Parts: sequence; C-alpha cells; structure tokens
Amino acid sequence: MIRALSIVALWAACLAAQAAVDPAQVRRLAAEDSTEKVAAIREIAVSADPDANRVLKAMADGNLYVAGGKVFVIDGEQAFDAATGSEVGLPENPDSVTVNNRIRGELANALAALRLFDPDRATRLASAKELQSNVDAAMAPLLARAMAQEKDAEIKAMLADAHAQASLKNADPAVRLAAVKTLAESSSPAVKSMLLPLADKASEADESVRLEAVAAVKAIERRLAWGDTLASIFSGLSLGSILLLAALGLAITYGVMGVINMAHGELLMVGAYSAYGVQSLFRAYAPDLIDWYVPVAVPVAFFAAALVGVVMERTVIRWLYGRTLETLLATWGISLILIQAARVLFGAQNVEVANPTWMSGGIELMPNLMLPWNRIVIIGFALFVLFLVWILMNKTRLGMFVRAVTQNRPMAACVGVPTSRIDTLAFALGAGIAGLGGVALSQISNVGPDMGQGYIVDSFMVVVVGGVGQLAGAVWAALGLGIFSKVLEGWAGAVIAKICVLVAIIVFIQKRPQGIFALKGRFVE
Amino acid sequence: MRQPLVVRILSALDAKAWTALGIFLAIALVAVPILHLAVPEDSAFHVSTYAITLVGKIMCYALVAVAMDLIWGFGGILSLGHGLFFALGGYAFGMYLMRQIGRDGSYQSDLPDFMVFLDWKELPWFWVGSDNILWMSILVLALPALVAFVFGYFAFRSRIKGVYFSIITQALTYAAMLLFFRNETGFGGNNGFTDFKRILGYGITSSEMRLVLFGLTALALAVTLVLAAWLVKSKFGRVLTAIRDAESRVMFIGYNPLWYKLTIWTVSAVLCGIAGALYVPQVGIINPSEMSPANSIEIAIWVAVGGRGTLIGPIVGAFVVNLAKSWFTVSFPEYWLFFLGLLFVVVTLLLPQGLVGLWKQFKERSGARA
Repeated sequence: MIRALSIVALWAACLAAQAAVDPAQVRRLAAEDSTEKVAAIREIAVSADPDANRVLKAMADGNLYVAGGKVFVIDGEQAFDAATGSEVGLPENPDSVTVNNRIRGELANALAALRLFDPDRATRLASAKELQSNVDAAMAPLLARAMAQEKDAEIKAMLADAHAQASLKNADPAVRLAAVKTLAESSSPAVKSMLLPLADKASEADESVRLEAVAAVKAIERRLAWGDTLASIFSGLSLGSILLLAALGLAITYGVMGVINMAHGELLMVGAYSAYGVQSLFRAYAPDLIDWYVPVAVPVAFFAAALVGVVMERTVIRWLYGRTLETLLATWGISLILIQAARVLFGAQNVEVANPTWMSGGIELMPNLMLPWNRIVIIGFALFVLFLVWILMNKTRLGMFVRAVTQNRPMAACVGVPTSRIDTLAFALGAGIAGLGGVALSQISNVGPDMGQGYIVDSFMVVVVGGVGQLAGAVWAALGLGIFSKVLEGWAGAVIAKICVLVAIIVFIQKRPQGIFALKGRFVE
Repeated sequence: MRQPLVVRILSALDAKAWTALGIFLAIALVAVPILHLAVPEDSAFHVSTYAITLVGKIMCYALVAVAMDLIWGFGGILSLGHGLFFALGGYAFGMYLMRQIGRDGSYQSDLPDFMVFLDWKELPWFWVGSDNILWMSILVLALPALVAFVFGYFAFRSRIKGVYFSIITQALTYAAMLLFFRNETGFGGNNGFTDFKRILGYGITSSEMRLVLFGLTALALAVTLVLAAWLVKSKFGRVLTAIRDAESRVMFIGYNPLWYKLTIWTVSAVLCGIAGALYVPQVGIINPSEMSPANSIEIAIWVAVGGRGTLIGPIVGAFVVNLAKSWFTVSFPEYWLFFLGLLFVVVTLLLPQGLVGLWKQFKERSGARA
C-alpha cells in the first residue's frame, strides 16, 4: 500500500497535473450497461491521469463498490472515494461493480496503456512493445501525450510507430499522410496489412495519402523480402552445420575404410540419448546446475558413441574388409538393433530434452528475422568441432596415419603404420563426432529412436558431393546443401525441395563422380 | 550350330529342376484350389484364406528376390531401391483397381474417393485409360522399365558402381516416397490406394479370385525362374558374371558393360513391377511406405539369407525371412527388429553363400565321409 502510494506520488511529481478523475466518469464505471462501462474505461485511460491507474486497478481487482450513487474503492476495512482517492467512512450496503470478461480485457488494455507513464524504463518498453502490435484508434491522444514526455529514444520510436498506426483511420488526410510516412520505415508484416486499405482507391479518398501508402507498402515489402532471404540463409547455415556434424564422422570412416556405416544415424541417436541421460542425472542430483548439463553431455556423448563405434568395428566391420556391399548390409542390421534397443530402453515415444535457459530465446534482427540462440550456438559448436578435427587430422601423428591409410592402405602398412589399430581409432573418432552431432541435434529437434534414420542419406550425400577423405569438401558440401535446400524450401515447399536436392545430387555425380574436391592421383579399382 | 531358342530355354534347367518346378505348379494350380474349395473348413487338410494370402504375398516377394538376385548375385550391383519398381507396378495396377470401385466408394462418385476429398473435378491426365486393364498391364511393365532405363543409363554411363550406386538408388526411392506422400501428386497421398472391390467385374475378395491371383503369382514365379535360368546360362549371363568379377578386364577384351548392366537392370525392374502388380490385389493396399528405404534393403537380406548367385536361393530366403517375420510379429513383436538386425549381421559375417551354400557344404561333407 505504501509502495502504491509512493508511486502515485511519483506520478504526481512527474505529471504535475494533480486533478482528480472526473467523478461523472467514475460514476459511469458503475453503470449497468457494459458498453457504457467500456466507454468510461476508455475515456479515463485516455485522460492519462495519475488517478486513472488507481481507479482502474481497483476495478480490475474487484475492489470497486457503489453505494448511494457514489463510487468507492473498498480495500479490507478501509474505504476511499473513487474519484479523489481520499479516505472516507465505510458506506452502508455497498454493491460491488460487476466485471465480466469483456470489461476485464478492456481494463487490461487500459492499464497497459497507462504503464506508458511508469517511471521504470523496462515497464514502459514492454508496454510500448505490446501497444505496437495491438493498438486501437482511440488511443491516439494518449500515445501522443506519452510520446511528448518520453525521453528514451528507443521507446519514443516505438510510440511514434504505435501512434502512427492509431492515426491511420484519422479523418484528417494530413494526419493520415504523416502516419503513413512514419510507418514506411517499419518492416513488420502486420503494418503492411494495415497500410493495404490505404493503398486502395476504394477505401482511401485522398490521392496523396494513397500514393504515399503504395510507396510505403512497397518499401516494407522490400525489407520483408530481405528478412525472408536472410532467414532462409540462416536456417540453411544451421541445417548445414548439423549436416556437417553428421557428415564429418562419416567422411572419416568412409575415407579410411571405404565402408559406409549405415548405422551412422543411430550413432547420432546415441549421442542425443546421452544428452537426455545427462540431463536426467542433473535433474535428479544437481537441479541447481541444470543449465550446465549441455557442456557435460558433450564429452559423455562423444565417448558413448565412440564406444559403440569401437564395439561395432571390432565385432563386425573388421571381418568384412574388402566386402563393401556386405558391410553396408551388416551396418544396416546394426542400425536396426540400435533402434530397437533404444525403443526397449527408453520407450518408443520421443523423450524431452530441454534447452538450457542460456540457449533459449534469440536475437530479433527484424520482425520477420529471428535468430534463435540454440541455432547460433550449434553453428558455433560445429565450427569448434570442425576446428578440432582439422587439428587432429593435420597436426597430429594419428591424423597423419589416418590420412595415410585413406590414401593408400598397403603402402601405409609397409612403412609401419599399424593399420588395424588406426582403423579402430578412426572408427571410434568418426562415431564420437556423430555423438557430438547428436547432442547438437537434441537441442533443436525431437529425440526418439527413429531420429537417426533421416540423416544417413543426407550425410552420405554430403560425403559424396564433397569428395571422399576431404574435410574441406565436406564443409562446402554441407553448407552448400543446407543453404540450397532451405532457400529452395522457401520457394517450392519442403518435399519438392528435398526431391530437387536429391535429383540435383544424382545429376552432379554424373559430372563429378569423385566429388567437388577429388583426391589427385591414379587409382586402380 | 546354335540350337533353337525354345530348346535353349528348355535346356536351361536339368531334369530334376523341371520335376521340382512341375510339382510346385501342380500344388499351386491344382492341389491348393481343391484343398481350399472342396475340403470342408474344419478338416485338417483345408487350406485357409489366410494361408493362401500369406503364401501368395510371399511368392510376390520371392519374385522380387529373384529380380534382385539377377542384378546383385549375377551382376554385382546392389540396389537399395528395388522397392520403388515394386511400388510402381503396384501403383499402376492399383489405379485400375481404384477405377473398378466405380460408384461404390464412400462418396458415390465416378472419381476415386481421395480425388473427391481433394475437390478435384476430373481425372488428371496420367489417369487416362486407367479403367482399361490391358493398358494398365502395359503400364505395369513399362513404368518400371522406363524409370529403370533412364536412371540406369545415366548411372552406368558414368560408371557409378559399388556403394555409390547403392546409396543413390536408396536416395531415388526415398525421393519417390516423399513425392508419393504428397496428396497433390495424385496417388492418394499417404493413404495410397485401398478398399478395392473387383477385377474385371469379379469381386476381389471371393475365394475364386484369390485362387486365380495365387495361381497367376505361382505361374509368374515359375516362368521367371525358367527365363532367369536361361538368361544366366546364356552368353549374356556369362558376360554379366564376368563384369561382376572383373569389369576392367571385360572392357579391355572389348565389351561395353553399359548395355549388359542396363539390360539386366531393366529386366530386374520389370520383374519387380510384375510382382508389385500381383501383390496389390492380394494384399488390398498400396501406399508410399512400400518405397521406404528400409523395405528395399530388406529385399537384399532375403537374397543374402537364401544365397546369392543361385536362383533357388532368393526364393528360399524370401520364404524363410517372411515366414519368420509373420511368426515374430505375432508372437514377439518387440524382438523382430533385433532378429532382423542380427540376421543382417550374421548372414554377412558367417554365411556369405546363404542357406543354399550351407546346404551345399553339408552335402559335400557328408558325401566326402561316405
């Protein structure tokens, strides 16, 4: 109560207009007719009087009473005169003023508008933002007043925008013209649809306003198109980074052993379920640190998937060297077993893996261009993994051996490379990277037993297009395929885009069977 | 001097094989109808409708397996997209079946129900002639052939082979599946075609029609076997096997592998189309999930289980795997995928010659002991 009073006092200071609310209006708040009440609420709100907030809030809380033709605010045992706010004696037989849903909505709007005069900047900003997307023509005077006293440039711009929206239906063509001019700076689809009636001869009488509106709509459309293009490029980048994570591991195993691991998608799944497991452990034992389960999940997923990879290599793939088609079938069998194992262990339903708070939300660059944090983090994560793999492959002894085996296995063996150990390590590495991809995937899509199935064709396409044993090729191919398919999706829809990409790849392989970056040298089949 | 074609075809199988084939046809065309129609239902010898449908379905699969064996076992090309050709044949015949429903659908319209649902007013151009069984039968053969020829020409011309080829065929069937899942493509979207009523005016669920379809499938399988035996024993088949084992050498000798591969690839696709067309009326439904990559890769395991490079192997494999599937999915639905996965691993690791190879080994060993 003291706080509320002090806020009232603050308003009083900043507005310097201490006139109480018009008692006649307050009496109408208690009218029988809802329409009458709504009109009164609007009028009181538009007055932007400091007392208005107090009265309307009391009404919203159900503390407004009427007794003997006068309106009171009754809070517990105390009663105040609604119009002046001064304390009065408790009236006899007070009737509470009915507030139905329609009135409640109207009150919420009015209170939001009144928050524009709140001393707290954040409150004003939130209120302005809300009004920007939901403004009523009647609020124009209120907005004008708020604008006049607003010092903060950002809020002022928002208010100007909202004010212009509210004045679009103004009877005066000059006001409309000014409003259209202001709104031409906007880049929101909602504003565009608001301007459309003004750009139409049928609904706009004034020619200069109409021409201005046509130009404004065009300007907004241009900006929107930009936003859409950028948005699809960004989601392409994001898809590309997922593909990259999936394909990096596949590129290593395929390069080293000439083996297509059809269970590669299921290694992604293992990684994603590891993330789920770590999250569950955190929930159970360290709920305070739940935001930091992802960094812990990363190494766990890597080693879990690598372990599965090693087991696969040692028990099955090792015995099938030189029989690539059979390896294809055997790894497919392993993928079926892994899928069913996940179903038995975790259930056939998708499990819930939540974003940590620092990964939710996003940066809004334009009204139709939002960059979610989880996708930004994943792009960064993919780059980080790529960097690690690059270091590993190019700067370490293990990497040198892996490259040697990729290029010429018998010769590498001749000069003393322990090829069979390298195979196991390379397979574990490839599987581990898939596990990392699984953690990334768990942050943006569903985690379920079948989640890996869709990625094997895509990531193999990346390897094929990029060229075998080529990190650079995989990078270009992943990003290229990601962006290409997302941009295409914007034009033609998801299914057609997918088909186009697959057909394009089939045609591409006709021309360059070795991928974009073919290894130089001669090969004997 | 070359023998006449008929003689060469007839001599493709030895006497024992001809006898076995004769017995098979006698059972399928004479014994089964009698046991189904004439023997009372409570008799132990009665063949139930369920059994006929199941075996008929598996015979369609066996036909696909033989087709797969022709390219994989004899040509060394592993296709992971044969489900596409199977489904194309099935869809082509399914179009005819949809038209045969006539006005008996739930909307009582001349158009198939799903078109009414999409608010289409007339048949799309590719449905023209779909009420003519002859034209649709031609399509059953021509559609898979055309798709296979065009795809195969480009793939084999650029000498795409091995794992690359396998994955591209998988991508092909995956793309086709996505395409058929769309309602606008005009093939019933994800529900596909179902609720068939009749063929040539006869009810599709009647015992007689089931037996006719069963017999046709058995006949198709037998004819395919004979033709395949002749094909792989002919000069063409030998060149094909040579390409499988050493493609470069065959090229150095002066053969162009393109046409050999393309021919067997197209023949294989057509056989799949026939199998699909026989499958749809017996099972009563065709939908895009037939084109899913998992289905196509399963075909490969039938062949691998039975034994590649033999003609009886794929049939044995198709029967063993599918009977096991029917049994597992009823008794232990949760373990079927474990079993199938293990089958993939065990067969490739331990049984490269499949069951037929195992049988041969067993015979040799017991022969050596005797």
